[in-house]
Amino acid sequence: MGIISRGFRGRPRDEGVQLPPGQYLTHDFPVLSAGPTPRVPLDRWEFTIDTEAGQTHRWSWQELLALPSETPTVDLHCVTKWSKFGTTWRGVSLDVLMEDVETAAEYALAYSYGGYTTNLPLEDLLDGKAWIAYRYDGEELAPAHGGPARLLVPHLYLWKSAKWVRGIRLLNEDWPGFWETAGYHNYGDPWREQRYQGD
Amino acid sequence: MNARTPVWRVARLVKARDETGSARTLVFRVPGWPGHLPGQHVDVRLTAEDGYSTQRSYSVASAADGDLLELTVQNVADGEVSPYLAEVLEIGDEVEIRGPVGGWFVWRPTATAPVLLVAGGSGIVPLMAMIRAREQAGSRTPFRLVYSVREPGAGLYTDELRHLAAGDAGLDVTHLYTRAVPDGWPRPPGRLTVADLDTHGWSPDLAPDCYVCGPTGFVEAAADILLALGHDARRIRTERFGPTGG
Repeated sequence: MGIISRGFRGRPRDEGVQLPPGQYLTHDFPVLSAGPTPRVPLDRWEFTIDTEAGQTHRWSWQELLALPSETPTVDLHCVTKWSKFGTTWRGVSLDVLMEDVETAAEYALAYSYGGYTTNLPLEDLLDGKAWIAYRYDGEELAPAHGGPARLLVPHLYLWKSAKWVRGIRLLNEDWPGFWETAGYHNYGDPWREQRYQGD
Repeated sequence: MNARTPVWRVARLVKARDETGSARTLVFRVPGWPGHLPGQHVDVRLTAEDGYSTQRSYSVASAADGDLLELTVQNVADGEVSPYLAEVLEIGDEVEIRGPVGGWFVWRPTATAPVLLVAGGSGIVPLMAMIRAREQAGSRTPFRLVYSVREPGAGLYTDELRHLAAGDAGLDVTHLYTRAVPDGWPRPPGRLTVADLDTHGWSPDLAPDCYVCGPTGFVEAAADILLALGHDARRIRTERFGPTGG
């Protein structure tokens, strides 16, 4: 426990709410990104998975929408301290996209329109833990929130859920992404408060 | 300095000043502070007597200055942390701070490209740190600040900006007002436009580094305008202040 700040009481505690350490609850949906919001025309949009062996799997927008989708309701945790509970999305599970992909890779690097990248172990994308999401709260996903489609990996801090996702590269070696090379934690588990390198 | 894990340090309030009716600058002494680059932020942790604690992120307002650190806090109505920092915290009181954090939205005094700063409301804070760091370093790098606020009197650091710009041909400061303008002001009140950044920014031919900070809607609009004017997306760095910073 840290030092006590004189006179600080904080909000009334809600015993029913379980937040990761250092997080607070918000009800709106703040936006965070490092640069301008890319606008991607749907007729030119594509999503690819590149394997470590050099094979490329490619989906157009229409092909993505034709895949079986799920509607996960998940909690979001942003490294800037806010958490938002019970967000509902529609998207395609990475399990579906990876079904015909042959790989022995252990790592993945997600990359986005606009140049953003983020890395994570491949196993964190599988077994119902990650989606390519294209609807939020019953609506098309807004560009500021990553539309037309973003990666959704809600068990990690939200910077891992790459907005405007364009593809995933499967790699034999870990390749740190944008924030991971700028001082943020390589893995980013909110429940272990892995915000920055060394946490 | 990002390779090192930031640790929690005790920060004691040594000075405070009101900036506007709702914003207060806090000067902390943080023994062991490793220094920071302008644009970086810190995490502030408050702990109550019953052990409850909460954290928020704040941009640093000051240029590096030994173990002194300035934060400007906008008091957010019904916020949990900002009313405490803006109204309750007194000289000598302690909070915990760790940082600096963030290696992207920074300006390095060794950089020579012209700089365009576009601020909306309290988004001026990290950009002011850049202006102060430029001044501190004696840098001649040309800076232009376009600062959009609601009305006269709502801007932060108004006197300091006027003073700095008056004595420095390399620093241009333009205020824009969205709701009400000073008497005789030529530009009618309104949101940031293409004409504003075309007139008061840099030509994209000069390849300026652009830093945009403010509320989400402002940042989205400003970044879109810069793209439309032909600026390279890779030279536009953004940071957002949501309404939930409280």
